[in-house]
Amino acid sequence: MDYSKVMLITSAAIFAIGFAGVLLRRNALIIFMSIELMLNAVNLALASISFSLNSLDGQVFVFFVMTVAAAEAAVGLGIIIAIYKNRKTIDLYDLRLLQG
Amino acid sequence: MDWFVYGFAGFSIAAAIMVITRKNPIISALYLCLTLFSLAGLFVMLGAYFIAAVQVLVYAGAIMVLFVFVIMLLNLDPEKLDIKSFHPPKVLSVFSAFLLFGFLAFIFWNNKLTGITGVDTQALVDQNGGHLKVISAKLFTTFLLPFEITSILLLVAIVGAVIMAKRRV
Repeated sequence: MDYSKVMLITSAAIFAIGFAGVLLRRNALIIFMSIELMLNAVNLALASISFSLNSLDGQVFVFFVMTVAAAEAAVGLGIIIAIYKNRKTIDLYDLRLLQG
Repeated sequence: MDWFVYGFAGFSIAAAIMVITRKNPIISALYLCLTLFSLAGLFVMLGAYFIAAVQVLVYAGAIMVLFVFVIMLLNLDPEKLDIKSFHPPKVLSVFSAFLLFGFLAFIFWNNKLTGITGVDTQALVDQNGGHLKVISAKLFTTFLLPFEITSILLLVAIVGAVIMAKRRV
């Protein structure tokens, strides 16, 4: 019943997919979704190692990671909306200059 | 029982690949929702029932709703959607992602997971009143300081989000 290796390799795969999503996409919302994918991959790794080392501390840490991800999603989406109101675009290729 | 794990794992990887390769952000958000649900299934297979429920409630239930609201609020024109995202293919990014995956998979495959083995075996958890009770006890005794700091973090996030959304006075 030891699924830890399969779960850890799944977690590595989802992390690498989120990483590729951050590098490859131009739309700021999809980059944000890829960051959430990376956070979820870390959650899965934490949960599977806590399962195989017989400790529930990993799962409490997953709880905190989810809380921080929720707070960060709220503030990040507020920033994206503010950028859209200002520049009328969220395409990163058009947002390369800092000046307004 | 094995096929549940392989099924959920493969499904979550497939849905994650669909998240990063769609042109329409709403479709990406829906595939991300699917990824989160299959990850919740993987949490259940690990016996982590509490965080599976919290994942469905908080991540797939609140954060994804926030994403979908923002995507619909922004109301992007069709030509601004990411049409040219794969021409030309960005070879170096894909190669570095594969490299990262290979590195992590090599470590996870060949490592005997040694670490300080904790005491919370399944027998002890059942003896102490179930999974939720043991996690709640840990959350309010051992992890009390991170809990309180997280509540302050949420307050700061609320204030920040309200300020970001305010009209410029």
